[in-house]
Amino acid sequence: MATIAGTLAQPTQSGVWSWITTVDHKRIGVLYGVTGFSFFLWGGVLALLMRTQLAVPNGTVIESDRFSQLFTMHALTMIFLAIMPMGAGFFNYMIPLMIGARDVAFPRLNALSYWTFLGGAMILSLSFLFEAPGGGWFNYAPLSERPYSDGLGIDFYVVGLLTLGLSSLMAALNFAVTIINLRAPGMTMMRMPVFVWMTFVISILLILALPPLTVGLIQLLFDRQFGTHFFIATEGGDPLLWQHIFWIFGHPEVYILILPAMGIVSEVLPTFSRKPLFGYPAIVFSGIAIGVLSWVVWSHHMFTTGMGSVPRAVFAVNTMIIGVPTGIKVFNWLATLYGGSIRFTTAMYFAVAFIATFTIGGISGVMHASPPVDSQHQDTYFVVAHLHYVLFGGAIMGIFSGIYYWFPKMTGRFLGETLGRWHFWLLFIGMQMTFFPMHFLGIAGMPRRIYTYDDGLDWGFWNMFATIGSYVLAVSLLFFIWNFFRSMRREPSAPANPWDAPTLEWGTSSPPPEHDFDAIYTVRSREPLWYDRDHGIAAPVATGEHIHLPPPSYYPILIAIGITLLGVGALSHLAISALGGVIAFYGVWGWALEPTD
Amino acid sequence: MAHAPAVAHGGAHVTSTGTENRKLLMWIFLGSECLFFGSLIATYLVFKHQVIERGIGPFPIDVTIDGKVEHGIFDIPLTSTSTFVLLMSSVTMVLAVYGAHQHRLKMMKLGLLSTMLLGLVFLGFQVYEFRTFGHEGLNLTTNMFGATFFLLTGFHGTHVGVGVLYLGSLLAASFRRNGLGRETGEHVEIAGLYWHFVDIVWIVIFTVLYLIP
Ligand code: HEM
Ligand SMILES: [Cu+2]
Repeated sequence: MATIAGTLAQPTQSGVWSWITTVDHKRIGVLYGVTGFSFFLWGGVLALLMRTQLAVPNGTVIESDRFSQLFTMHALTMIFLAIMPMGAGFFNYMIPLMIGARDVAFPRLNALSYWTFLGGAMILSLSFLFEAPGGGWFNYAPLSERPYSDGLGIDFYVVGLLTLGLSSLMAALNFAVTIINLRAPGMTMMRMPVFVWMTFVISILLILALPPLTVGLIQLLFDRQFGTHFFIATEGGDPLLWQHIFWIFGHPEVYILILPAMGIVSEVLPTFSRKPLFGYPAIVFSGIAIGVLSWVVWSHHMFTTGMGSVPRAVFAVNTMIIGVPTGIKVFNWLATLYGGSIRFTTAMYFAVAFIATFTIGGISGVMHASPPVDSQHQDTYFVVAHLHYVLFGGAIMGIFSGIYYWFPKMTGRFLGETLGRWHFWLLFIGMQMTFFPMHFLGIAGMPRRIYTYDDGLDWGFWNMFATIGSYVLAVSLLFFIWNFFRSMRREPSAPANPWDAPTLEWGTSSPPPEHDFDAIYTVRSREPLWYDRDHGIAAPVATGEHIHLPPPSYYPILIAIGITLLGVGALSHLAISALGGVIAFYGVWGWALEPTD
Repeated sequence: MAHAPAVAHGGAHVTSTGTENRKLLMWIFLGSECLFFGSLIATYLVFKHQVIERGIGPFPIDVTIDGKVEHGIFDIPLTSTSTFVLLMSSVTMVLAVYGAHQHRLKMMKLGLLSTMLLGLVFLGFQVYEFRTFGHEGLNLTTNMFGATFFLLTGFHGTHVGVGVLYLGSLLAASFRRNGLGRETGEHVEIAGLYWHFVDIVWIVIFTVLYLIP
């Protein structure tokens, strides 16, 4: 159904104000995606600075304190400001379309979570103008405490993450409700696309994992501002408590980062293999199992803190068990490819590369699931290699796959395949060159987070190699950006379902109209569009009834400004906090009284 | 039909599960809150025995150090009274919800008002308790008991305060010409979920902090 008949005229809004007040999930998705990608580039710049410093022994590009700020901000930027929001961008854009709805359950809450995210991202990033946090992304106590880090850096960390956490919580609540409540007729839970399932699991993980982090951050805030001693051992506190709290959040968090990519790959592989996903229930249940198990493995980040041998054994076994559902997924993806009539588009390249590199990261993960082995790996470049294989080779590869796959849906245009191939191969080679040697460096004993190293240690060669790889990576991104702008300058040419994909988002025009669907689909199978195609069922036609769309609202951004000022005040002067509180309260009232019909 | 057509926005419309969107949101949010208070309570428990071992008072309960008895500062009868007040506020909340569903608006308004007042009385007790503890030398920085106690009960008090504002907003809005509109029952019921939750959390806190030795 390339042409749309019977569409009700909806005046399409444009201009900056329309973006500021938008409550359209597609636009919010685009905002998330573009912001997230910009931060991805910024985080990449920070990484290149570090790699430049480490290229040769005794490098002199960056001095030690600045280096600590770089690796801290690199990690925070990539995790909270790049991968999570790019995932959120896809959730926003795709989830309502994939479940056949016309918006999320709470459109204004959706806008609020975006603007709050932007506020938190600003707080965190603008710390560079004052003093950036330098305690690592896990910010261990007591280094993070006043006696050891007196500047503003750690406060930026605390306030930034609290704000971002609030934003994620709102988004997660919204998506959980949307997925439970807004499914099209016939879309049972076990007919939902895997990407929707993974979003659901992520939402639940966020809803449950953010509160412990919030409590930890508040305790740290109290330690720094009001003189408590939660994490200072000499005063009766316990630095290990912070580690526990952080990793109770931190381990579910790593799955929050990877599950979107797993969801994307589970959409891309069947479409380009022209056969249904192999073992759908197994993939769904292993996704759920990963979500559940991710709560009982956190202490594998703490094997070397002197835990007793029983807890070490328990956490080691749990950690190894979590490899099982992960492995199940990998085999299901492979089986999806098997016997399919495969089309190698760029999206498919990224999806297949995802399986390969993610598996390498999974294997090194199972290696340091063993406490004695981990006591060798802990705090070395081996761990850095592991986390980049899963995060770059996994999450980022998956996200790029999603970008190539859904670009026609979101813009009505295709990304160039030739440039896409350049992008893919340079990125793939660059990534292996950068991160594979880190395994060697780690085994050779190179600690992570050092700003330089000596000549006689024999680490020079692989470091130089990795640095060259990181520049190759950077070049690959230039190809992507070129590709993007080249496509955007072209006339839209994408039909509704250019890949002949099975899921509902392809059942409306590219890009979709503001109301998403002229008529709501009735779902009869897990691959609704293929089912309708094979059974000769025509797409539903519009009945001409009035389609209600929520009106734009400026209260979300107003409340977000209030929330951000609350945080800024905590860093500067409480009067600003008070102002923020008043603005937020006013915004909530206006919001509550604003008519939505 | 199990799956009625979904609509794109909140409101009393048909949803896939039949549960209204905002109510579902509140339920899930309260799940998140469980973890929030769970973490605070866990922190309290982590330091509970360590505080006594370190021997820097005041302590929650009577402790003997070097043969000298240090009196605990918890005043159980007082806190039992404030707990009772908060419990009663749940009863009035139930009346408010009932009134809202039955379109007995006077009952609803009275229910909301008395719930708010009882909440305020509870907060009054808490302020009094905090001040007394302060006079007896316990503050945030004295020892880990002070830090964990004030953080936990302080956040609970904040939740009660937010609840009072929430109910107050509903009450104020109910005096408008259209009152709370078509969805009066839903609005008040969802606020009730929040209020009962805050109550239940207090029961847990009261039991764990004050009653279990
Ligand atoms: C088969 C599954 C996995 C296993 C068994 C596993 C195991 C581990 C272990 C034991 C560590 C601690 C290493 C140490 O610090 O000594 C670790 C670190 C890490 N893992 Fe994994 N992992 C797995 C998958 C993942 C995934 C999917 C992600 C993210 C997408 C991830 C992200 C990380 C990160 C970021 C760290 C480093 C944290 C830090 O210290 O900064 N892992 N992993
Ligand atoms: Cu972990």
